[in-house]
Amino acid sequence: MAEEHLRPFRADAARVDLLLVADMVKPNSRVLDVGCGDGALLRLLSEEKGVDARGIELSQQGVNDCVAKGLSVIQGDADADLSAYPDGAFDYVILSQTLQATRRPRDVLEHMLRIGQHAIVSFPNFGHWRIRMQVALGGRMPQTRNLPYAWYETPNIHFCTIQDFIGLVQAVGARIERGVALDRFGAPLNSSAPWVWNLFGEQGVFRLTRKR
Amino acid sequence: MPPDPTNKAAGLREVDAPHSLVAHFGADQPLQLDAGSSLSPFTIAYQTYGALNADRSNAVLVCHALTGDQHVANDHPITGKPGWWQTMVGPGRPIDTDRYFVISTNVIGGCMGTTGPASLNPATGRPYGLDLPIVTIKDMVRAQAMLIDRLGIDTLFCVVGGSMGGMQVLQWIASYKERVFAAMPIATAAKHSSQNIAFHEVGRQAVMADPDWRKGRYLEQGVVPTKGLAVARMAAHITYLSDGALQSKFGRKLQGRAAPTFSFDAEFQIENYLRYQGMSFVDRFDANSYLYVTRACDYFDLAADYDGSLALAFKGAKTRFCVVSFNSDWLYPTAASRAIVHALNAGGASVSFVDIETDRGHDAFLLNIPEFIATSRGFLDAAARARGLPPAKPRPD
Repeated sequence: MAEEHLRPFRADAARVDLLLVADMVKPNSRVLDVGCGDGALLRLLSEEKGVDARGIELSQQGVNDCVAKGLSVIQGDADADLSAYPDGAFDYVILSQTLQATRRPRDVLEHMLRIGQHAIVSFPNFGHWRIRMQVALGGRMPQTRNLPYAWYETPNIHFCTIQDFIGLVQAVGARIERGVALDRFGAPLNSSAPWVWNLFGEQGVFRLTRKR
Repeated sequence: MPPDPTNKAAGLREVDAPHSLVAHFGADQPLQLDAGSSLSPFTIAYQTYGALNADRSNAVLVCHALTGDQHVANDHPITGKPGWWQTMVGPGRPIDTDRYFVISTNVIGGCMGTTGPASLNPATGRPYGLDLPIVTIKDMVRAQAMLIDRLGIDTLFCVVGGSMGGMQVLQWIASYKERVFAAMPIATAAKHSSQNIAFHEVGRQAVMADPDWRKGRYLEQGVVPTKGLAVARMAAHITYLSDGALQSKFGRKLQGRAAPTFSFDAEFQIENYLRYQGMSFVDRFDANSYLYVTRACDYFDLAADYDGSLALAFKGAKTRFCVVSFNSDWLYPTAASRAIVHALNAGGASVSFVDIETDRGHDAFLLNIPEFIATSRGFLDAAARARGLPPAKPRPD
């Protein structure tokens, strides 16, 4: 915990999907937000929707901010702490802009689906055409407005495209209940074709559930 | 440095006539002990700060650590030093005595007025010595609950404590979860590790090896095993600090000399410091009491009462928890707190957890660490809102 904690994704960009994620949650449900930052989403859910909101956050400052707001947040991370939660403890487990920064994304997703009836995941799409262009034409690892880190200092160690993510969902035996791709301004794309999402979406937001 | 005899006399007076409130429990209210027997009559010495509100909903129980006592926020009657937790407890502090009714008790087995081995055994007219049955953390908490009953308090707003105090907090949840609205176990563990027991055993053996211990009957013989108790304290004190903190404070600096004298004097500053810690401790603490409270910690294994499942111990708790650890604490390390957090999560409890970054080791919970104070304040303020307690008075800073 001693090392400086880099936010995987720009804070204001992450905020774009906050309302969208909140919209996927039913009122009065139980929610675990993994990587909850300063608790903005938890607070929104608990105040607007009467949600029993819990969080996990890596940074001490984030935890302090959350605790001061009266939120129940533990200092920890997705890789280490999800395994301690019992099956079906929550209605929703949310992982916002963090999947690509975990050490074992598949394990994390499987734990989320085990702990929650639903998993809500948002992540930056590495298949976006601008990123493809940077690699294809520039020949360098991409850096964008939302993903500003150089390859040697990025906390994002497991990038994926929207198509890759859909592949992981199938691999863990989950089902996509809702999927949205957002453009660079945070507006949902007017398409439901995964190849369109994969090329033009900067972020993907998915709600998953275990297959019955 | 010989111990000050006036201080020792003051220590003895605190056993029988403490500078604090006392509650006597007569033959009709024996304290049932885990060891099988019961203790009767017995006395609890305690302090209170602030005022109990009309709803009786603002009471905070502060549980002290191994060698602490009830003098949380007032000058100590023997040493004259400030209370041991004035960073946390007082007007405008996180445990705000302007808002909360703060109760702190000396534990069973202690030596500051609650019944312990230095207290007179009414059956013999002599100090109990080792005739006092072994007490446990659960016994300490059972006694506290009897006091809380007597004070007419049904539900405590918060139970809070560090180290052995944190064990009492955890035991409160296991034993009386419906009576605790919020809980702060700090720098603690749900069981004593083999290493923890090992250090305590070193301390006890040091006390017992002192010829003045006299098989625990030293009080009647007018002696005190000061050397043994001081050595016990010296060894224990090392475990309360961190390697880094010792290195930065003392390093290899020499004590009052420019060059080594090639002797067994307190050549290094750290030696001098430890000797001072040891000798000042014996003025205020009873050697047998040290045996009893260290033993109580050693027997602590909360999960053992629940088929080995810590989660079962906490199951059904509606209490709001804030678990705090310190990353340089190697006595009750972060992993021990994390195990508590995981068990609470498994039981579906509302829990916050923060691991405070500091080089001050286990003792950090007694110090003014800004992040720790801020977390405590935030948690308690939020809990007070949820409890319907009025907000803090604005204070000019």
